[in-house]
Amino acid sequence: MDKRIDVHHVTRVEGHGNIVVEVSNGLLKECRFDVVETPRFFEAMLRGRSYQEASHITSRICGICATGHATASLRASENALGVELSRQTQLLRKLTFHGEILDSHVLHVYMLVAPDFLGVGSVIPLASSNPEVVLRALHMKKLAGDLCAVVTGRHTHPIAMTVGGFSHFPTADELKALRQRLVDCRIDVDATVDLGATLPWPNFERDTEYISLHKPDEYAFIDGEIMSSDGPTLPAERYKEVTNEFLVPHSSAKHTRHRRESYMVGALARFNNNFEQLHPRAKQAAEKLGIKPKVTNTYLNSAAQVVEIVHCVEDAIQIIDQLLEVGIHHEEPSPVTLKECNGVGVCEVPRGMLIHHYWIGADGKLTGANCIIPTNQNIANLESDMKALVPTIMHKEHKEMQLDLEMLVRAYDPCISCSVHVLKLESK
Amino acid sequence: MSTNGKPKIAFFDFTSCEGCQLTVLDSLQTHPELLQVVEIVQFREAMSEKGEDYLVAFIEGSCTRQSDEARLQKIREQAALVVALGTCAHLGGVNTLKALHPLEDVRRYVYGDLASHYETYDARPIDAVIKVDFAIPGCPIDRDEFVACVKALLLGKKPPIPDYPVCVECKLKENTCLYKLGMTCLGPISRAGCKAICPSYGQSCEACRGYITNPNDSSMRNVLAEHGLTMEDIESMYTMFTTYQVQQKLMQK
Repeated sequence: MDKRIDVHHVTRVEGHGNIVVEVSNGLLKECRFDVVETPRFFEAMLRGRSYQEASHITSRICGICATGHATASLRASENALGVELSRQTQLLRKLTFHGEILDSHVLHVYMLVAPDFLGVGSVIPLASSNPEVVLRALHMKKLAGDLCAVVTGRHTHPIAMTVGGFSHFPTADELKALRQRLVDCRIDVDATVDLGATLPWPNFERDTEYISLHKPDEYAFIDGEIMSSDGPTLPAERYKEVTNEFLVPHSSAKHTRHRRESYMVGALARFNNNFEQLHPRAKQAAEKLGIKPKVTNTYLNSAAQVVEIVHCVEDAIQIIDQLLEVGIHHEEPSPVTLKECNGVGVCEVPRGMLIHHYWIGADGKLTGANCIIPTNQNIANLESDMKALVPTIMHKEHKEMQLDLEMLVRAYDPCISCSVHVLKLESK
Repeated sequence: MSTNGKPKIAFFDFTSCEGCQLTVLDSLQTHPELLQVVEIVQFREAMSEKGEDYLVAFIEGSCTRQSDEARLQKIREQAALVVALGTCAHLGGVNTLKALHPLEDVRRYVYGDLASHYETYDARPIDAVIKVDFAIPGCPIDRDEFVACVKALLLGKKPPIPDYPVCVECKLKENTCLYKLGMTCLGPISRAGCKAICPSYGQSCEACRGYITNPNDSSMRNVLAEHGLTMEDIESMYTMFTTYQVQQKLMQK
């Protein structure tokens, strides 16, 4: 049998990618995910810019994970310069980070993935047929966005986070109001778990390596060690031993591999590696969704995102309680002493592990930058999944086969404009 | 046009972070009724259907390669109105920082020996390639301004974009001027409409919305120098979003 699937610019994903699959005489000849996004060149553009600007420039790598990039950027500069953060700064950073995870996961589950399960091309027809579902998603996104706005001004391209601290602080009243809204949101969160439990997740199993950040006593989003489900766990500075990036001709984004031909990052990898650190309510949600580590079905990445939605709401409430207990204080950012240095910042943004590595000159200007993006790390795994999936679906009608492949791509929640952040190797 | 009285609109993205389109989606949180008054026929990030019979095209992102020019021209041929959405499309934006380095050097730095495989040229606003009817500025756009602009366009009016400086909005909010706090800011020559969000959160305005008509650029530079900025620092402030305008000497945007 001969079949060719060519999807130009997959819809309902962030960024531009093409699916190319060709089956000839029943054998798989071509199976690729081409990243055709225009190259962005951020690493090259960061050179010569002040370390204080780096987080504001790099947040523009991506609209969905802007806060994530800004955070990784700040951590890279702070680790390079040896800047310590106050407890308040760390809590505020975690709080706004949760806001972004929530915003992104709700967008992905409700607006990018759910339409496929409900047989429609987008969330727009759902606004007429299932308005309560759409309004719930918008309501949750609004809370997530407002959470970020209170702490940093806005989630897309945060303003108030700066090296060593913040340039603006929320009031106790603002935090109390958010806390109440988060508590009220539990109804929407539970409804999201119920929705997740009814969605007909496709059956697809392929064991792979799962890589994420790890901390012993919290579900790691900011900082941590790099953990692989195949072992070992390494300090973040040794990231290159894990990522091993390489260029492929059909993609403007690099691929990565560690112990196997590919590995996966993202909510599923975090869920598999850090299940113990989840909030109890999140663990209950996992039970309702019927998932527990080790999950090896890529499509369940979105189910793991639902579990994280539960976790982030609960953890945000706890963080606000901790902040209110001691009160918010206007603090100057921690002082900085310039020197030639380099440092690594790591975060788990919605789609997976993000690494920013900066080299800073004695004048405070960057001389080099390296960014390893979650989606870069997933592309090789996506192609491995495609190769495993195609033989099982090639007997289907063309349209059905195409949809299965598109759903596989969407399951990764790829952030393609981010992934063309190819890196540079050395600064000097 | 349409048979149900709703104008058909479409969203396109070029080289961008897609943050402006995400802000468009976020505007539905406060204005879900927007979906009742327009028919979205193409919006790759949010929907699978692809209609080509749009009346109004919103374009996010700058043009950073030769082959994108044809795509822009095709959109211009189809749409009665082309609206630049956000700083990248309007001014070139952060993408234009690339022009501060020799292009060949940038290509080699990122892609090494495979540099020639990846097509790129100097990033530019879309009106360097096609005629643009209106622009909604900002990095990202302000969602309230977006809603106001859509309302105006639906009523056949020009989108209400201010032509006075950010300082006006800071004063209306009773912010303490950043200059009084020992900082500097491009507010005096930058276009308002963002509610002075950056100064309100303790950061300098860096003109992501572009400059007002006939900005007093020389006085602005004098003020910055008087407040301790070197020539290099001043160039940094000006080039964060508007490298293209600085290099092309287009301070009227």
